Amino acid sequence: METITFKIDGRNCTAEKGQNLIEAAKQNGIFIPTLCHFKHLNPLGSCRVCTVKNNGHTIAGCIVKVAEGMNIEVNTPELLDARKAILEMMFVEGNHFCPSCEKSGDCDMQNLAYETGIRYTRFPHLFVDRIVDAHPKRIAVNQNRCIKCQRCIEEVNTNDGYKVFQLTEKGNKTQVSIDYEQEAKLSAAEAEHAMHICPTGSILVKGKTFSKPFGDRAFDYKLGRKDISLNDIKKHTTTKGSKKRIATTSLAGCFGCHMSLLDIDLGLLDVIELVDIHKSPLTDIKKFTERCDIGLIEGGCCNTDNVEVLREFRKNCDILISVGECAIWGGLPAMRNTVPLEACLSEAYLNSMTSEEGETIIPNHEDIPKILNNVYANHDVVKIDYHIPGCPPNANHIWNVVKHILFEEEYTIAYSEFKYD
Amino acid sequence: MKRSRLLTRLWEFQNKYGYIPDVAISEIAQKLRVSKIEIEGVVSFYHFFHRQPTGKYIIYLSSSIISEFKGLNEIKTAFEKETGCTFGVYNQHPLFSLFETSCIGLSDQEPAALINFYPFTNLTPKKVASIIQDLKNGIQVDSIANKPASKIQFIPSEEKTVFFRDYHLGNSLENLKYLDANEVLDIISDAELTGRGGAFFPTAQKWMYGKNATSELKYIICNADEGEPGTFKDKALIQNLPGLIIEGMIISAYISGAQKGFIYLRAEYSYLLAKLKATLVKFQKHNLLGKNILKIPNFNFDIEIQLGAGAYVCGAETALIESLEGKRGEPRIRNSFPTERGFNNHATIVNNVETFAMAARIIELGSEYISKIGTKNSKGTKLLSVAGDIAKPGIYEIEWGTTVEELLNRCEANAPYFVQISGPSGECINATEFNRKFCQEDLACGGSVMIFNRSRSILQILENFIQFFKNESCGNCTPCRAGNQILFEKIQKIKRGICTTDDLKDVQKWAQIMKLTSRCGLGQFSGKTFSMAIDKFDDYFNLKVTTCSDNCNVEFDIEQAISDYEQVVKNTQL
Ligand SMILES: Cc1cc2nc3c(=O)[nH]c(=O)nc-3n(C[C@H](O)[C@H](O)[C@H](O)COP(=O)(O)O)c2cc1C
Ligand code: SF4
Ligand code: SF4
Ligand code: SF4
Repeated sequence: METITFKIDGRNCTAEKGQNLIEAAKQNGIFIPTLCHFKHLNPLGSCRVCTVKNNGHTIAGCIVKVAEGMNIEVNTPELLDARKAILEMMFVEGNHFCPSCEKSGDCDMQNLAYETGIRYTRFPHLFVDRIVDAHPKRIAVNQNRCIKCQRCIEEVNTNDGYKVFQLTEKGNKTQVSIDYEQEAKLSAAEAEHAMHICPTGSILVKGKTFSKPFGDRAFDYKLGRKDISLNDIKKHTTTKGSKKRIATTSLAGCFGCHMSLLDIDLGLLDVIELVDIHKSPLTDIKKFTERCDIGLIEGGCCNTDNVEVLREFRKNCDILISVGECAIWGGLPAMRNTVPLEACLSEAYLNSMTSEEGETIIPNHEDIPKILNNVYANHDVVKIDYHIPGCPPNANHIWNVVKHILFEEEYTIAYSEFKYD
Repeated sequence: MKRSRLLTRLWEFQNKYGYIPDVAISEIAQKLRVSKIEIEGVVSFYHFFHRQPTGKYIIYLSSSIISEFKGLNEIKTAFEKETGCTFGVYNQHPLFSLFETSCIGLSDQEPAALINFYPFTNLTPKKVASIIQDLKNGIQVDSIANKPASKIQFIPSEEKTVFFRDYHLGNSLENLKYLDANEVLDIISDAELTGRGGAFFPTAQKWMYGKNATSELKYIICNADEGEPGTFKDKALIQNLPGLIIEGMIISAYISGAQKGFIYLRAEYSYLLAKLKATLVKFQKHNLLGKNILKIPNFNFDIEIQLGAGAYVCGAETALIESLEGKRGEPRIRNSFPTERGFNNHATIVNNVETFAMAARIIELGSEYISKIGTKNSKGTKLLSVAGDIAKPGIYEIEWGTTVEELLNRCEANAPYFVQISGPSGECINATEFNRKFCQEDLACGGSVMIFNRSRSILQILENFIQFFKNESCGNCTPCRAGNQILFEKIQKIKRGICTTDDLKDVQKWAQIMKLTSRCGLGQFSGKTFSMAIDKFDDYFNLKVTTCSDNCNVEFDIEQAISDYEQVVKNTQL
């Protein structure tokens, strides 16, 4: 064994010659995030999350074998951003409805997104209609969540050496398909192993999901995690002195975020001392009569009324915050975005179990809002200044952001208060 | 059955039945002792393999941007009307199946289509009607197909012509009798030959790696996959000088000691197969292929042709090798060069068609001859496929160092405005850059020049390119697979007229991320033209977007967002 020295971000590191960079970095206390890398597998180089620079050239970190004198860059602003971007791409490419996902809390991809602090994606969600394949004997594959990391393809084989998973198609249609015949040979334990190695909630074993309650999941609490600073938020100081005003509304949401707003118990009394709540379902004030410092928006835009209200908020509030997954990118209501509107409306009003035989009318009247072809993120419609993730977001998260913006003190949130579910 | 026979075997089924039936998949899987899904994975990767029955005539209509501008939509409608079929839909007619396909290497004669892989060029609705009528009447498709020659529009003066001069079979190889491998390599090295497939890697260096490799078996692969839209210069060489390419491969084998070669020919060029095979036979007859070539003891080399099956990315050398091995054509992760671990993990030299042809000429004419032509870093001549809004589309053999302006004059370009160099993965230039030179120091052109005039929509060009990448990404890495879909969405947004200057900045930032993080050239360069065009054609983009400063609100197209609803309501009120 030959020991070599090399550099990561200017720091001297030592490792065994030819060792995999991800492992070598880890031994030297440097974490390079990956989703497809597995210690015992040949490097896959597919997810690209581990992109680093080696002597100035970008390369997937998992395929680098360390050598004497290498100069590796891992955490430069450019690379950190590229890494975050790739994760964001994974979110928009699939349909990741974390609040309704069996793997939420145990999901490597979700956890990496927490680590990288993704509040919203810079990219538009693509909402491609994808299937959930429940044909196999033990396993169901949910294509909405697969990130094509290929771990399952490499790792899951039958006892007699046949592959169970394989990529099919190419381009934007590429997907991971399952061989029913081979899958049927897997034992219950092997099937569970497949579910376990999948970094997302794509591979599920029938009857085995939701096995862990909230709080017990792998990434719910991580001991020793530092609080998350809110320093990237701009302070708002224009109406200094006077009592600050907040407005809130719920668009295409479920009022869950508003419930969460109230979820600070006695803290609410303090808040009322500090700020006035203006137009809001909480106060039942219907019209803006004064300019507000902050508008908190729950829910995205699914109809013309949502768009109108949102635009009114933009006009009357200095700072607009999307609160919760629905506001940030559509959330659960956006599940309909993969289905044409006509099919949705027919299902709801013409062909449902409760609609009358031969019904032909889809409700419409000049007084009722028109349904949009998709559920839109608020930042698709107006400029949004900040995003608070969660379904619903933790109350401390919401109020600490509000306080951080309005007051001079610095606020932080606990690691466990940053969630998508 | 060997795994490397897979593509050929699949072609046999495809040709026999018009599709790959389930039984074929089972049979092959059983023979190869792999799971069926593995075979499905390969079949579905290549778009000329079908999993559903097709008509007797499969029509592939080229959807290149040149075709779009020359009337693709009209032709599409004509085919649909005459056959009663819809593009991309199976089982509508026993005789016909219609599909669109990316550029088929006939940009100088668009709109063009392949019917059972026979070419039909310069299509008009009238021509389409008569073709379909003939086919319905049982006339043989090969008897009515066009025989499109690659029109050589320009060659330099005689002492500067390298490719399109007289060719005598085996001329270059004669020299091998008197030179050893190192001497031959030196000549290639002196002539400073660099790869003509687009990456301009020094050929002598690659061949030296091949020579020095300790691998027991060595292979030479000629990359005739020419998939970059707008490129048809390799096709011109295959049509006009197939022998020259083969000689180049033989020289490469002489240097490296390889005993086996492959020509990986894109299926779109199937109609050149007969000629290529006949040329190989000629070489074998002349003892220029086979055992003890030129009576040189132990100089054994033979060449086999492998047909691709419709996947642009297979032009990338490591993807090509995977494909040759009977796998999905996914580029390998870059751990080693093919000259270390290539085909079946043996040392493999992969070069472009033109590179081999050029190598043969270098050995034939001598490196001094070549060195006198061209610029400091680019020696000799270059073949360009030129198409678009010009009077004389076709092949131009130009001396390196020729300016864009000179080329535009020669091809009689009509008010050129947007010139795309090296295909969609290349770069675009505007009118202020027409004094730039074709050479590695300046415009390193892989082989395609597409010329568009002011009446053409730049957005349409970009949309066509991104659509191409979106379909042709091998699907392995996220930034390429998802990134191209995302860029495609941006184009839709610009088309809807709700874009701000911020959106354009996004495109440039995102293209940079794709470049930084993608595994192979496809993902790395797929956003490049879009990103460049925003800077180079700002007058055009300024009209398309709303200028936006710091606190600008986003635009939202509410009319479009409610159009579906209004339509549904209208449809259900009747
Ligand atoms: C996506 C992609 C497509 C490519 N297509 C081709 C092609 O069609 N023909 C070709 O000769 N090279 C193509 N290349 C370049 C090859 O990878 C390789 O560099 C070339 O064949 C080497 O030969 P050369 O050195 O003679 O140019 C492509 C590369 C990429 C990344
Ligand atoms: S928990 Fe993971 S797999 Fe599930 S939706 Fe969220 S990110 Fe996707
Ligand atoms: S199913 Fe899971 S393990 Fe397999 S490729 Fe998709 S995300 Fe990766
Ligand atoms: S960049 Fe695109 S084509 Fe290349 S390996 Fe990645 S996904 Fe495949």
